[in-house]
Amino acid sequence: MPGPGDRGGKKEKPRDARGALRRVLRYLAAYRWMVALFLVCSLLSNLGNLMGPRFAGKAIGLAEAGYRMGPGHVDMAGVGRYALMMLACYGVGSVTGFLVSIGMMRVGRRVARQLRQDVFDKLMVLPVGYFDRHQAGDIISRVSYNVDVVCTCLSTDVIQILTSTVTVAGSFAMMCAISPPLVLCMAATIPASILFTRHMSRKTRPLYARRSAAYGEMNGFAEEMFTGQRTILAYAQENRVCGDFSRINRAAAEAYRDADGMGMTMGPTVGMISNFGLAAIGLGGSILYMLGVVGLEQISSFVLYSRKFSGPINEISNIINEIFSALAASERVFRLLDEPEEVKDVYGAAALEHCRGDVRGSGVSFGYVPGRTVLHDLSFEAKPGQTVAIVGPTGAGKTTIISLLMRFYDPEEGCIYVDGTENRAYTMDSLRRGYAMVLQDTWVFRGTIFDNIAYGKEDATMDEVVHAAKAARIHSTIMRLPQGYHTVITEDGGNISKGQKQLLTIARAMLYDTNMLILDEATSNVDTNTERQVQKAIRSLMAGKTCFVIAHRLSTIQNADHILVVDHGDVVEQGTHESLMLQKGFYYQLYASQFG
Amino acid sequence: MKLIARSMGRYGRAVALCMFIKLLATLSELMLPYILEHIIDGVAPRGDLPLAVFWGLLMFAAALLCRQLNVAANRSGVRNAHNVSYDIRQELFQKTANLSGAQFDSFGLPSLISRMTSDSYNVQSAVQQLQTLCVRAPMLLIGGVAVTLAMDASLALVLVAMLPVLVLVVLAVSARGLPMYRRVQQRLDEVVRVMRENITGIRVVKALSKAQYEKRRFQQANDAMADSDIAAGTVMAIPSPFMQLCLNGGLTLVVLIGARRVNAGTLEPGVILAFLTYFNMIAMGVMGLSRIFMTMSRAMASADRIDQVLQTQPGQRALPLSQAKVPAGGGFLRFEHVGFSYGEGDGSAAGFAGEEREKALCDISFSLERGESLGIIGPTGCGKSTVVSLLMRFYDAQEGGVFVDGRDVRTYEKDELRRKFGVCFQNDMVFQDTLRANVDFGRGLGEAALRAAVEDAQAAEYIDALDAGLDHRADIKGANLSGGQKQRLLVARALAGKPEILILDDSSSALDYKTDAAMRKAVARGYGDCALIMVAQRVSSVMGMTRILVMDNGRCAGYGTHQELLNTCPAYRETYRLQMGEMT
Repeated sequence: MPGPGDRGGKKEKPRDARGALRRVLRYLAAYRWMVALFLVCSLLSNLGNLMGPRFAGKAIGLAEAGYRMGPGHVDMAGVGRYALMMLACYGVGSVTGFLVSIGMMRVGRRVARQLRQDVFDKLMVLPVGYFDRHQAGDIISRVSYNVDVVCTCLSTDVIQILTSTVTVAGSFAMMCAISPPLVLCMAATIPASILFTRHMSRKTRPLYARRSAAYGEMNGFAEEMFTGQRTILAYAQENRVCGDFSRINRAAAEAYRDADGMGMTMGPTVGMISNFGLAAIGLGGSILYMLGVVGLEQISSFVLYSRKFSGPINEISNIINEIFSALAASERVFRLLDEPEEVKDVYGAAALEHCRGDVRGSGVSFGYVPGRTVLHDLSFEAKPGQTVAIVGPTGAGKTTIISLLMRFYDPEEGCIYVDGTENRAYTMDSLRRGYAMVLQDTWVFRGTIFDNIAYGKEDATMDEVVHAAKAARIHSTIMRLPQGYHTVITEDGGNISKGQKQLLTIARAMLYDTNMLILDEATSNVDTNTERQVQKAIRSLMAGKTCFVIAHRLSTIQNADHILVVDHGDVVEQGTHESLMLQKGFYYQLYASQFG
Repeated sequence: MKLIARSMGRYGRAVALCMFIKLLATLSELMLPYILEHIIDGVAPRGDLPLAVFWGLLMFAAALLCRQLNVAANRSGVRNAHNVSYDIRQELFQKTANLSGAQFDSFGLPSLISRMTSDSYNVQSAVQQLQTLCVRAPMLLIGGVAVTLAMDASLALVLVAMLPVLVLVVLAVSARGLPMYRRVQQRLDEVVRVMRENITGIRVVKALSKAQYEKRRFQQANDAMADSDIAAGTVMAIPSPFMQLCLNGGLTLVVLIGARRVNAGTLEPGVILAFLTYFNMIAMGVMGLSRIFMTMSRAMASADRIDQVLQTQPGQRALPLSQAKVPAGGGFLRFEHVGFSYGEGDGSAAGFAGEEREKALCDISFSLERGESLGIIGPTGCGKSTVVSLLMRFYDAQEGGVFVDGRDVRTYEKDELRRKFGVCFQNDMVFQDTLRANVDFGRGLGEAALRAAVEDAQAAEYIDALDAGLDHRADIKGANLSGGQKQRLLVARALAGKPEILILDDSSSALDYKTDAAMRKAVARGYGDCALIMVAQRVSSVMGMTRILVMDNGRCAGYGTHQELLNTCPAYRETYRLQMGEMT
């Protein structure tokens, strides 16, 4: 994983192929009966395809017998019977073969779907910091490309390996029955194949792992640059960025070349080993024949079976590449699934219900990175219905306070109490539901305006949504749209402006009926004309709620019950606007500088 | 398809070489059974040990040769695929990086990303497989058909008659498969989109405890994709067993007809036996061909999606001066009665901006000289940022003219125009790199210039407090910086090149007034000879500008100096009173 600072030079960690395999098989276990059924089908299909030629041979035998006796003596009825049998066998072979390929394809796709869902579900319980450290593109490449590789492998390779094993075992038994000395002739090839395959897999596995990582990095880079495309154009840096991409692209292409180039030697080499076996049979067989140990017919049928024996082995060694690449891909998926999850509910956590909105922090210290504390020994108190304004220069730690209130993180020291109980004693869901929130980074998703506003309240009616939109002063704007509330907002908010997004998120919070409210610079971007109206609305939203407001406009927090002045992670002053102005301290300077 | 042919064509020789080696490898592979047969049927019965040893060793040698050839063929196939996919990705990246604003909007970011990743991967695996598959399968097919035709033309015709049917089925299925795979890719886009939305909005999702809801939403997209994938897979699974069945049916016919002719005394039974052997060859060839088609139809769906991007014509070319507009007056930067709307009749691209579908900008005019400054102020969504987009020619104005340095902006080469600018967009991008690289942004500015820019942008204070200073690494999208720190970094980027035109679009909204004021003072002092455009929400940010443009709903609500506007523009006066009046 490219963490900050190690783009490019990644170290290969020891990989656990067996563990990955076990986990993939566990996904497959849900379909074990289906897989078993398809295995039977696949044996049937093989059997049908093997028996077909035998009946053909018998039909030809009849023709030959008749031929010797002259024209007109062929048992045409017998030939017809065998032809029918032949057709039946081939029919069974094809139909069951079709069933197997469709069935396993379905199983593979379903497992893929499950993997994707699991990844997504996992994303929902990862700490928010994970998303700050990882490119969306890299996470997504696990869902698209890596899962796809696993799926393809399961669809085609698993059943093939299973049936091959049966064929191999069967033909080996037949070979032993025909002539044990001849088996000795080719015996050397089996350990040779196995040793070679093991040796190669040890060599190729890290190459495939690197290939997966290189693709992930490339996808992450492409995503970042596409997202910042306009900035790149504005600074005429297209060519430099393309140059950077070229380097990463080259590395990905070379990782692919190295992995697959190495992997591609496997099939031919195993093929060669089994051909050596054939040559040994030919040579050894001739010698044994001359010694009078075996007959020519025995050698011929031995060769037939040894082909059936080595064919699947060659196939498997071809497939084994795909399996390794699939295992490497699945490891990347599993590594994400194994990421530590965000703080969980403690045992016996209670739901926060009918929250009064009494919030208190005492001696709270926190740092994102161990050893680098962002907040030091912070204490504050908000009684129900009070408004606490948090002010201070940028980077003073205001956003961090909000993250702690919402339990995106837990403090290292100290506690936050809600309604007199430590907030860790509540279930996460109910605690977060206790807050309505308008964030600095506004967020909308593709969907109708109605859905976007109603997002926090699933059973919201149109009336409620309209009411919220009116309160957020965006109703008339919405009504001017061709489809009104049913207008679909495009991906990433498309052409919708930042201000409009903010109004939508305000409407969303309006609809979300809670006793605690968090406003994070929510009004810093809305222009003053709109703001005056929004202020009114927000004030009515704030009525009766405990509010934490971060805003740089001092005018919006003049009415706060309590002001926390934060600087460098410490509360340097606190009090009301008037008392702080009288102190003529840090707050006073901040306030005065508005005219700067 | 064209894309694959075109990109493989570039390595025509290497591809041809790879295929030739594969041809030799296949030939040597086919030789092995004949040698073995010869040893058993020809040499062993004669009891000639040295001869048997000779042929045995020859077979060992042939097996070794076959391996070397196959490895060489596979390797060169992979090498070619690696070159081809590198080229395609590079071309695609380059094209995407250069798309105009309107073109970028019409594809959409998530779709562009999945074209770059999953589609290019599909094409790469197809390119690799095709080179080797395309040799072996036709060889087996043509060889098998030729030999059987030579042995007994009328019997062979039974098999040959099957071929058109098979070809038709393969063609029909791959024709159906292509749109189905296209749908799979579209649904994949959808899956990726939901995932991206959740990654970017994770805080909101968590804050509102919507994880369960989002899981369901993802499940829908995921199920839809799996369904269409299964549907496509089902169609694609038809040809191979169907062909097997046809060929085997044909073979049964051969046996029946053959037996009848043996009965009539016109055929030797040995011929039927030989047919069985060669039939296997033909069957393998046909199966190989069908695999080629299946691989192709999947790859083609992806190749087409890539090609769509590659085939977009550069939306904006530099106009010859003769076709350009001529400014009616002076001014270093000049807008003359400019009108513009997004999407240009394309409903989907217009999206939410449909509100301004009438027009994003209408009859906007202004001009300013070097050393002068323009403040743009107005309600959200009134078109302030659009002015910047047109000035930098991310879009072309539909009415009126935009001029820089007395020339129509459309006459500039893209980079020539943009090099004049230093710009900080609303929601601008901090890249995952060092702060130094973020400010320098590949322009190779000197240490002194970087330092000055960082100080003027008021970013020095926090950067110096970092352990690594300018070499501190920013996380993805600057996630380890606060909003205000990001803004100051971005302003430093805009200042660092000492641009002729400086644009600060809402670049101080996350700054406190004190820092904002200090930044404005530093800009006025150090960048006095550039033309400055300041887009802002605060009157205090623009009141010191030479002239101010007050915008409302894409139109000009007032234009003049601070004093003039206070006297003539009610909207401006109201805003001023609201923001500044409350202070006293």
